[in-house]
Amino acid sequence: MIIFSIAARELRSLFLSPLAWTILAVVQFILAYIFLAQVDVFLQVQPRLAALEGAPGMTELVIVPLFGNAAILLLLVVPLVTMRLISEERKAQTISLLFSSPVSMAEIILGKYLGIMGFLLIMLSLITLMPLALLLGGALDGGMLLSGLLGLGLLLASFAAVGLFMSTLTAQPVVAAVSTFGVLLLLWLLDWAGNNGAENSPNVAGSIFGYLSMLRHYETLLKGMFDSSDVIYYVLLIVLFLGLSVHRLNADRMRP
Amino acid sequence: MDTPALVRVEHLCRYFGGTCALNDLSFEVHRGEVLGFLGPNGAGKSTTMQILSGNLAPSAGRVLINGVDMLKQPRQAKAALGYLPDQPPLYRELTVDEYLQYCARLRRIPRGERRLAIERAKQRCGLTEVGRRLIGNLSKGYQQRVGIAQAIVHMPALVILDEPTVGLDPIQMREIRALIRELSAEHGVILSTHILPEIQATCDRVQIIHKGRLMLSDTLAGLQARMHSSSVVVGLHNMPPLTELAALPGIGSVELLADGRVRLHHVSPDLLTHNPAEALVARAVQQGWRLYELIPERASLEQIFVDITRTEQHPADDVTRDAAA
Repeated sequence: MIIFSIAARELRSLFLSPLAWTILAVVQFILAYIFLAQVDVFLQVQPRLAALEGAPGMTELVIVPLFGNAAILLLLVVPLVTMRLISEERKAQTISLLFSSPVSMAEIILGKYLGIMGFLLIMLSLITLMPLALLLGGALDGGMLLSGLLGLGLLLASFAAVGLFMSTLTAQPVVAAVSTFGVLLLLWLLDWAGNNGAENSPNVAGSIFGYLSMLRHYETLLKGMFDSSDVIYYVLLIVLFLGLSVHRLNADRMRP
Repeated sequence: MDTPALVRVEHLCRYFGGTCALNDLSFEVHRGEVLGFLGPNGAGKSTTMQILSGNLAPSAGRVLINGVDMLKQPRQAKAALGYLPDQPPLYRELTVDEYLQYCARLRRIPRGERRLAIERAKQRCGLTEVGRRLIGNLSKGYQQRVGIAQAIVHMPALVILDEPTVGLDPIQMREIRALIRELSAEHGVILSTHILPEIQATCDRVQIIHKGRLMLSDTLAGLQARMHSSSVVVGLHNMPPLTELAALPGIGSVELLADGRVRLHHVSPDLLTHNPAEALVARAVQQGWRLYELIPERASLEQIFVDITRTEQHPADDVTRDAAA
């Protein structure tokens, strides 16, 4: 109940600032451009594909690259939306309203998180409209689309959890944005260490890094392979960072 | 204890790094009481308010609100308080109505009672006209009122106001003070300020805090009794030698003022038993000094405040004194 009130306030304040609208517009514009380019490529190769046995279809050639690029773009964009969550309240000292209300820290964090997830789901549904538009001219691989959507949704949810935590660490929104971006990029690129290890010799550290990378789990979902361990990976990541956020907010009152 | 105090603070300490901001603070506030917290800048007023409101955890000690421990059961304790920090916690992008609606939800006012509670808070703070305006576009005085409205919207047993009249014009200040008096009918109020007339206008009890220590805790009536006259200014047409005046019973020292009058300082602070004025008048009549003026000089609250906070000379005190004057 209280959680939803906090979430609603968060979402409302987001849409009262031009930032949210700008981000929605820019993301939509860039992804639409990528989408149309992919459709163009698909139309060019379609005659040749028709001759092949077991050739990749529209979903694989248009939607998978679209979602792949969307993940990179959103990695850049999500920190801009999450940066203000706690840091702005701290800077404007509105956080004392929450702290002096009969609301637990977990409720504050969950409310904030739900609010930002509301925004990201709006963004996700706008992105989904593009693949759905393809239904006008052909058939889609529904399972693959759903699995990709799930992957992108989980990815966004993890980005938001990391961003929320980074926002609890500081009173400067820009610092929160930069550090979120840093952590997300690191989690993304951990895969490199994993790959290198796998090429040279079966390396335990390397495979652990590879497993920790967000990219690897996203890729399997994008390919339409639903593995519950991938989902669990994201859920654990989200729970971890939300838990850290609650902890950090609690420690706020103890500040030395 | 017969009735549990609304607020009970026990041996509160707070350190920021190596600095001690609060040192062994204990006090109580009862229902229907306005407690004024007085102290120079950096004395620990805001720190105390933050701890009382649950925004800051104490390094040691306990805070009980309505008998509930703030650290152990923060939710129950916080339900009984409303807090206005020195910077009102306002979302500038919301309208006054939206903001108060949000506050009412945070304070868990049941859905059916919310509208009434908001209307009442707006009315008490004089906000009925500006409900649809954006908080960011309101003047500082109105923003301060919105801040007070959020603190009382849920009719808490305890209202904590940290410097509520800062930045207001004199008329608004009077209105806010009247509001505080009005609140004290149903709520306990803790008020911090460094404006001395505000204390005299609103508070039942005064606590002076300096460098994290409680220097004085007294009712306003008790304080007024302390504000005894410590000197009298006397105007005489036939001025006797000053030594003769100094020889009068109860007079400690004599000071000749520029305009020909003299100031006589008392020896004893207890005026009931040792009031030198009576002896002085009798002597003046007897000796034909032609007394034309006798003014007892009262020490003001300001004087008490300065005396207490001046125990250690500190440049910051001068600033406070100027601000208070």
